[in-house]
Amino acid sequence: MQRHIVLRVTTKLLMPFILLFALYVQFHGDFGPGGGFQAGVIFGAGFILYALVYGIESAQRVAPAGALRVLISAGLLLYIGTGFATLALGGNFLDYGMLAHEPARGQHLGIFLVELGVGVTVAATMVTVFFNFASRGQD
Amino acid sequence: MDAPGLYNYWIVIVLMMTGFYVVISRGNLVKKIVGLNIFQTSVFILYITMGKVSGGTAPILAEGFETYSNPLPHVLILTAIVVGVATTALGCALVVRIKEAYGTVEEDEIQRQDDAT
Amino acid sequence: MLLSFLAVLAIGILRLRNLFAVVMLSGIYSLLSAGLFVVLDAVDVAFTEAAVGGGIATVLMLGTLALTTDREKAPKPGRLQILPLLCVVATGALLIYGTLDMPVYGDPAAQIHQHVAPRYLADAERETSVPNVVTAILASYRGFDTMGELAVIFTAGIGVILLLGRPRKRRGGPSGGQDE
Repeated sequence: MQRHIVLRVTTKLLMPFILLFALYVQFHGDFGPGGGFQAGVIFGAGFILYALVYGIESAQRVAPAGALRVLISAGLLLYIGTGFATLALGGNFLDYGMLAHEPARGQHLGIFLVELGVGVTVAATMVTVFFNFASRGQD
Repeated sequence: MDAPGLYNYWIVIVLMMTGFYVVISRGNLVKKIVGLNIFQTSVFILYITMGKVSGGTAPILAEGFETYSNPLPHVLILTAIVVGVATTALGCALVVRIKEAYGTVEEDEIQRQDDAT
Repeated sequence: MLLSFLAVLAIGILRLRNLFAVVMLSGIYSLLSAGLFVVLDAVDVAFTEAAVGGGIATVLMLGTLALTTDREKAPKPGRLQILPLLCVVATGALLIYGTLDMPVYGDPAAQIHQHVAPRYLADAERETSVPNVVTAILASYRGFDTMGELAVIFTAGIGVILLLGRPRKRRGGPSGGQDE
């Protein structure tokens, strides 16, 4: 991709907007279409675009494989941790009403945490799968 | 999309059967995975078609709208889409390993190599 | 209209033997069905299908094509495959027979809209203070399902790491020295 100046410059310009849009979709999922899964996929797609244009090594300097593995587990742990936190606070598993002083606020907080966990795991999984596919043929 | 009665469902069933036919009749493993994807997407279209209410709008509560489409199929299909891509990813990884082990992705050649050893 | 485009795409995927074209057509299929979902008022589903089906699945399959082969083998001439065709026609006929007593498309009095859905639509804002009912159901009313789904994605990621993570060992299998 050394010769494709237009692609390289456009990707560099677009990357912050793609990642920002992913964050917007994640947190605005309560009020419009969106939520954890869509945001995670868009975030992963941003990293995949960078890896396609600039090479796997550059992309892996930003997102090393070990850190991605930790992130995959961290999202799932956040989800299940929210469930256990509600257990510890006296309610049922994943009964978000226990998380705050009134049930509706607790539900909002619980949904926020849960969608964050989903977004993190989905993004890390998409990027990891792509890195594994792309570096397979290069031994 | 205001065709009479059940016509929508029948077209979607035709799409499903095309995907199904690709899975069972073609020997190339990658094409089978693509056919499986077509089958899955057509099933999603079937469910979402069942959930639509005429005159309704997207199920996001807002001022001024009375009828909403049924949100429950949307939730189920969201889960199904993501599970589908997880299956596709694992299937593609398996195809890559099969190609490295057998040298081919055609089903009959793999069968022949297996029968020969 | 969109559905007829989808039918043409499906037949194209069936007949073509250049696998690159097949993967591209399946990406277009996902994108068109995302458009169809928007027409059917399913905006969250359209978003997810466009991102996941048109983006991630296409990239994964292109990666697989780069690591495997580019064309499908030509079928033996003259062998019309009766058994798969019969299977498909029988399943299709059964499904169409099954749809004959379904309610008309878009009917607001259908059974599917009567039990839980009106309760979710009426109570979601009051109980969860989240206007997007799909997110409220996904994360709160049906939170267990989403947890399971997250576990499935986790497992798929781990599976791909296990299958493709180690470097390829050079070994002389049935294919001899054909590794590139």
